[in-house]
Amino acid sequence: MAVAIEAPFHVLAVDDSLPDRKLIERLLKTSSFQVTTVDSGSKALEFLGLHDHEDSPISTQSDQQEVAVNLIITDYCMPGMTGYDLLKKIKESSYLRDIPVVIMSSDNIPSRINRCLEEGADEFFLKPVRLSDMSKLKPHILKSRCKEHYQQEQNLQSNSESNNSSNPTSENSSSSTSSNSHKRKAVDEEILPHTIRPRHS
Amino acid sequence: MAAAALRDQLTALLSSMFSQGLVDEQFQQLQMLQDEGGTPGFVSEVVTLFCDDADRIINEIATLLEQPVVNFDKVDAYVHQLKGSSASVGAQKVKFTCMQFRQFCQDKSRDGCLMALAVVRNDFYDLRNKFQTMLQLEQQIQAYDPKQQ
Repeated sequence: MAVAIEAPFHVLAVDDSLPDRKLIERLLKTSSFQVTTVDSGSKALEFLGLHDHEDSPISTQSDQQEVAVNLIITDYCMPGMTGYDLLKKIKESSYLRDIPVVIMSSDNIPSRINRCLEEGADEFFLKPVRLSDMSKLKPHILKSRCKEHYQQEQNLQSNSESNNSSNPTSENSSSSTSSNSHKRKAVDEEILPHTIRPRHS
Repeated sequence: MAAAALRDQLTALLSSMFSQGLVDEQFQQLQMLQDEGGTPGFVSEVVTLFCDDADRIINEIATLLEQPVVNFDKVDAYVHQLKGSSASVGAQKVKFTCMQFRQFCQDKSRDGCLMALAVVRNDFYDLRNKFQTMLQLEQQIQAYDPKQQ
């Protein structure tokens, strides 16, 4: 049972197809993620606070941290801005580039997959996405957070960090990383509703 | 007792849908997500969204194929969309028909496309009828529910 004691990570899901959005939303929620869905790449960028002018990645205003997204999962094939375009925009932004990006596509085209991975995508899911795929998301989030954490704490320690942090599911090691610990509070209530459902057969 | 009979009917319907290849294991995924996530109504929601979406796409394709000069790339894009949502709900037969449809788009064959459209439409209507029956049965079963069995 890996029902974790972690605060829900927030995933932004981007897909132009409504049934697909419902499906990915349910998959993510079942896996205890907090989910926001949008139907286009430009709405995703808007949600992330990145505006159209690429020359000014993000203005250093105080409101820029209002949405914290831990991972972005996007369909590849969308009218207007494709998932690949969205990926590029995210990776071009100094403010967003550390957020892991996962691309989904119903076409198994190796050149496309490689292009996305080369551009910085963390994972490529073939559609329809399954519940088992969801377990691949958390490691990417944890990796990116560790990177952040590492950068913050770089002055203190330099070496042993990366070894420990690659396996962050240490339940009761009291020395768990401080950047996560305050996020791990509100969780119990999040998980409860699932367990109290009666099952009738 | 009537609830049990309805339940048998539902089980029989679902197993015939599987054995006829109308739906595949992706549809089972949806059912599993509904049961495990404790989200009654999820399958019904997705199936309804799919049917509305597919209906819209099929109409768009029909309109495109009526044009004096057919834009096959556009037709193909719609068929691709329909294939995608079919795959997502596990509508296997519609998905397979879409795959054949795309071949006619690539060949830029209007007759082929019209034929494929007729097949897709037929498969979709057949599936939609069964989905509707399924949802009705589920509703009727639920109406009996209060812990009676």
